[in-house]
Amino acid sequence: MSGRALTPPQTVGPFFHIMLREPMNALATPQTAGTRIRIEGVVYDGDRAVVPDAMIEIWQANAAGRYRHPADLRPAPLDPAFVGFGRCGTDERGFYSFDTIKPGPVPFDAQRVQAPHISMLVFARGLLDHLRTRAYFDDERANADDPVLHLVPQQRRPTLLAKHRPDVGRVVYRFDIVLQGDGETVFFDL
Amino acid sequence: MDGPGRDPSTFPPYLYEAYRATVRRSPKQPLIPLPQTLSEITGPGPAMSAALHQTVQGAVSAEDTDLTTNMGTGTEAMGERIIVTGRVLDEHGAPLVGTLVEIWQTNAAGRYRHRVDQHHAPLDPNFLGYGRCLTDTSGVYRFVTIRPGAYPWQNHPNAWRPAHIHFSLFGPSWVSRLVTQMYFPGDPLQPLDPIFNSVPTDAARVRLVAQYAHDVTQEGYALGFRFDIVLRGPRATPFEPFEAAQRATR
Repeated sequence: MSGRALTPPQTVGPFFHIMLREPMNALATPQTAGTRIRIEGVVYDGDRAVVPDAMIEIWQANAAGRYRHPADLRPAPLDPAFVGFGRCGTDERGFYSFDTIKPGPVPFDAQRVQAPHISMLVFARGLLDHLRTRAYFDDERANADDPVLHLVPQQRRPTLLAKHRPDVGRVVYRFDIVLQGDGETVFFDL
Repeated sequence: MDGPGRDPSTFPPYLYEAYRATVRRSPKQPLIPLPQTLSEITGPGPAMSAALHQTVQGAVSAEDTDLTTNMGTGTEAMGERIIVTGRVLDEHGAPLVGTLVEIWQTNAAGRYRHRVDQHHAPLDPNFLGYGRCLTDTSGVYRFVTIRPGAYPWQNHPNAWRPAHIHFSLFGPSWVSRLVTQMYFPGDPLQPLDPIFNSVPTDAARVRLVAQYAHDVTQEGYALGFRFDIVLRGPRATPFEPFEAAQRATR
């Protein structure tokens, strides 16, 4: 099929902040439809040391489950006040956060629906290619039938669940990313 | 729908011990194959490009594509002026039009404008080191910049990174996202560099090295280099179930 060989990836390195010109971790404006959530967490390495120089990117559907993209031709409405992309560098504590809305469910195939989820990429010094993962919501019933979660060994599924923290007075989900070792986050090959 | 996307002849392994930072940051568990669903065949690229198009009112400004002047001081950056251009293509060789290309790099002395960079080479007050543009209707991007310098790093004794320019592209989908580095032809540091060498085959490493292009070189002004970039696309036949899903929801 393919006529052209792919360009290999290389690490983003420690100096990517030169590219992070403006903050891109506030995805929702006052006009955006949907339940406001914050998704936040810490990135850890194999020694459980925080990773202070990671860059996280997220991509998600709007509250109606529609992606702002020409390949999503379904009739679910686009939200003029929502794109669905965010980018955030971790700070010296390894911490990242995104202020967004909870995405709606999206189709998997003709029969099945995917539970609400946020696609995530992890870039860092020491990552020769970015890592691909997904954040699901731990208080979401649809997780039980999600076809992608079912591809993941049951004992590892919790690493894909962002944990609702009702104690903080607003809707915050905690999603730590463990690059290696105990509790290693599930990463995908696309 | 399934299948490994990271071809082992092209993609570096996550664990590459010669590059020390991979030892504690590479996953030890196998990656789990993920079908390309609507979440993966969509992506932020088109929306990002549209936003930039609005910002620059339909034309990419020199502010974004000329790194010799985009610090905005009114004085040109120091160094050997170069033009870096190329086409952004998909795996079938089709040009990717209107794709956002972002670059960042050191100045001519090998120093990044970044608080973490402790290399005691001079900062250039007239060099920012960042540029961006959208590919044109033939998938072509073009930057004017200065040739970046090599710089030492802490990976191993007397370690130096070969001169390189960082590239970031979104492409049309989440699958096509690429962050990579472009190198220069004939650089003796490349065979000594574990980041470059992490790419597993000669054939694939060559694809990270720009070619000197005399037809791009501008007389009396700047040397030209050509660097084409090929992004992954959705797999050949992932659409059938997806289109069925679309029909079902209509």
